[in-house]
Amino acid sequence: MATKILDLPDASYVLPGNRSCAGCGIGIALRQVTAALEGRMVMTVPASCLTVLGGMFPISSVDVPWINVAFPSTAAAASGIAAGLRATGRAGEMTVLAMAGDGGTGDIGIQALSGAAERNEDFIYLCYDNEAYMNTGTQRSGLTPAGARTTTTWAGKRENPKDLPAIMEAHGIPYVASTSAAFPTDVYDKVAKARTIGGLRYIHMNTPCPSGWGFDPKDTIRLGKLAVDCGLVVLYEVVDGQFRLTGRSKMLGKTGRSLVPVADYIATQSRFRGMAPEAVEAVQAWVDSRWLRYVGRDGGACLL
Amino acid sequence: MAQREISMSKPAVGEAGATGQWRNKRPVMDAALCLAAKAGRVTCQFCWVYCPDGCIAQGAGPVIDLTYCKGCGICAEECPADAIQMVPEALHGACELAEGEEVG
Amino acid sequence: MAPETSVMTGNEAAATAARLARVQVIAAYPITPQSPVVEQLAAWVESGELPAEFVAVESEHSAMTVCIGAATVGARTFTATSANGLAYMFEQVWWAPGARLPIVMCIANRAMAAPWNVLNDQQDSMSVRDAGWVQLYCRNNQEILDTTVQAYLIAEKLHLPVMVCYDGFLLSHTMMPVSVPDAEQIDGFLPPFTDPWTIVDPGDPRNIGPVTLADPRNDTEGVAAPGYMEIRALHHRALLEALAVIPAVDSAYHDAVGRSWGGLVWEHLLEDADVVLVAAGSLAMQLTLTAEALREEGIKVGVLGIRAYRPFPIEALRERLVGRSVALVFDKALSYGYEGPICSDLRGCLLGVEGAPPVFGAVCGLGGRDVSLEQLADAARGAVADAAAGMRTRETDWINLHLEG
Repeated sequence: MATKILDLPDASYVLPGNRSCAGCGIGIALRQVTAALEGRMVMTVPASCLTVLGGMFPISSVDVPWINVAFPSTAAAASGIAAGLRATGRAGEMTVLAMAGDGGTGDIGIQALSGAAERNEDFIYLCYDNEAYMNTGTQRSGLTPAGARTTTTWAGKRENPKDLPAIMEAHGIPYVASTSAAFPTDVYDKVAKARTIGGLRYIHMNTPCPSGWGFDPKDTIRLGKLAVDCGLVVLYEVVDGQFRLTGRSKMLGKTGRSLVPVADYIATQSRFRGMAPEAVEAVQAWVDSRWLRYVGRDGGACLL
Repeated sequence: MAQREISMSKPAVGEAGATGQWRNKRPVMDAALCLAAKAGRVTCQFCWVYCPDGCIAQGAGPVIDLTYCKGCGICAEECPADAIQMVPEALHGACELAEGEEVG
Repeated sequence: MAPETSVMTGNEAAATAARLARVQVIAAYPITPQSPVVEQLAAWVESGELPAEFVAVESEHSAMTVCIGAATVGARTFTATSANGLAYMFEQVWWAPGARLPIVMCIANRAMAAPWNVLNDQQDSMSVRDAGWVQLYCRNNQEILDTTVQAYLIAEKLHLPVMVCYDGFLLSHTMMPVSVPDAEQIDGFLPPFTDPWTIVDPGDPRNIGPVTLADPRNDTEGVAAPGYMEIRALHHRALLEALAVIPAVDSAYHDAVGRSWGGLVWEHLLEDADVVLVAAGSLAMQLTLTAEALREEGIKVGVLGIRAYRPFPIEALRERLVGRSVALVFDKALSYGYEGPICSDLRGCLLGVEGAPPVFGAVCGLGGRDVSLEQLADAARGAVADAAAGMRTRETDWINLHLEG
């Protein structure tokens, strides 16, 4: 049963007066991630926007244990932390949460993550996907969507993003989920469920970024929801290989309601400014084929 | 200075200072429109859940901490009753509210 | 039970030391010539002889990261690598000491590619001398075992990682008699690690290793916390403190086990020597035979072996070199475009010291190139002649090099 906003715990592990940009999606989600783990956790974080949110020595903006690590090493660090906690008899005291951005996960961090997933290490890995290297000034990553202008794709990126949750699913890990920071209850439910499962749990979280995507900070939630409504972002989970749509995506799949055109989403953000109509059509075709596959998998699961 | 010193922080609010100073618009809540305030109980709470900074305390109605509110305007945008307006700071002058003080 | 003597390779000696140290987390990734270390540990973990977490990572970068993660939550950790593996973990080789984590890593010294070469020189560990680890070099397999055990006590006293370096193949794959201490002897010498500086506790949350500014910054109570430069200065001080801790630990090991290795440096026939041959590792052991042979020719030669390369044992070296007629340093590594690293470090530490001998450098054994006793003796004779002719400095000598012109 999906948790409702009023049922979310009134927890405050993310402290006000932190260093994140106004309207940053990370804070919205991190409040629910930490709440779902009731603060009984240790996070490990590579160089990223999240490092900035965490604050500079000697003050921390997050009221849970946090271990900073090098950019490519998040999943290996989480493996070491988990092993160290087991070895010292403290594994039951806290959940290990690795949390990194899309570049830190899908580009420079993918080797360590793949290794940890193959070993089925005991931690939750949460990728907050703000679709570029935002902390270093909006350079393209392997997860930047086609058409998006970044400081290294001035004419708009030509390639579609890599499908990281699918890559993780191919590792056969016990839990894979796709969520969005614009749906705090979905984030909460997925982290709460992941908490109860052993082994490597991977959660991919679309995270709108006002400064990097070029929109008014007030629209973080609205655009995050719009991304789901047009099928660019799909909310789902795969538990022991069983796929199901969740939340808004489940509703869209069930009712067969048509998706909002991708063009409507693209029009909201300056990163897509000047995107050629053919390029928009290509993205629409890509989204449509993916959406059919997701809905098919969801139905397939129901038929079983 | 302790010889054991390593770079290891302790949690506290306001790591980046009074981030309310970043704001160019402030959220002003109209209790007459707020669903929770009108109902006199903790309902709705959209502004609370969507605040990226944890600057809004749950309540009937919710209370915005203007010392740290960065003025992103998500609360105003997401409020189903349009009870929060973003008002240019220039109209208010300097932020004179104490931490935790209620607005509106 | 009396200590038993076995015949074992240097790699087995390193693995045996890790077992005796009761390591709790082992990170393992294969590379020649280190691989047998972690193969042996894997077998002991599998059989239950060693109750430890064995993490078979997908790269050396992750191997050091696993040690970093585990040490941060207070576990005793171990890994080993060589050459390109060490280079691949370079980023983390800096992270571990900066975070003041007492990790122990064995290095089976091997040549750096390109071109590929799996044989011995010391270019790999010499290339990371500046990262802030304690670096100890071993001359034989017994010293590998004893030094690796000692490394944990040094690391945990100083909150610094320690690299135990030994020559690939020459030691790593060569069988030698090794006396293995009892578990009780080592338990008495090396207590469990209970004093990590890092705090990982949901009841008392900390943010470890965050962005740290150039200048000191106040905490919320107005107390100044150090800036990056203070953190680094304290790290440097800890390394300098190791100059006292390494000999003290070696001495405590002697009390517990009955063997010691000279602390920072060791010597052979040095007392009355005019000519001092300087090197680290098995090459220095080979030089003891050279010294003995040259003494039969009437040349008063002694050997000064470097055990601790970082911290650099300035005083110990000065004391032993002042008043000699020449020092000849044999490096199995090179700072390309300059000279051997031990040579330039030694010359630097003797500069301006009254009575210091001239320091000449020789590079040898790169990529496993053999170096014979006769070649070493020739090099020593050449240095003696050059010093006698009044030379205070000269170009680096390359031993057993086959290039025309």
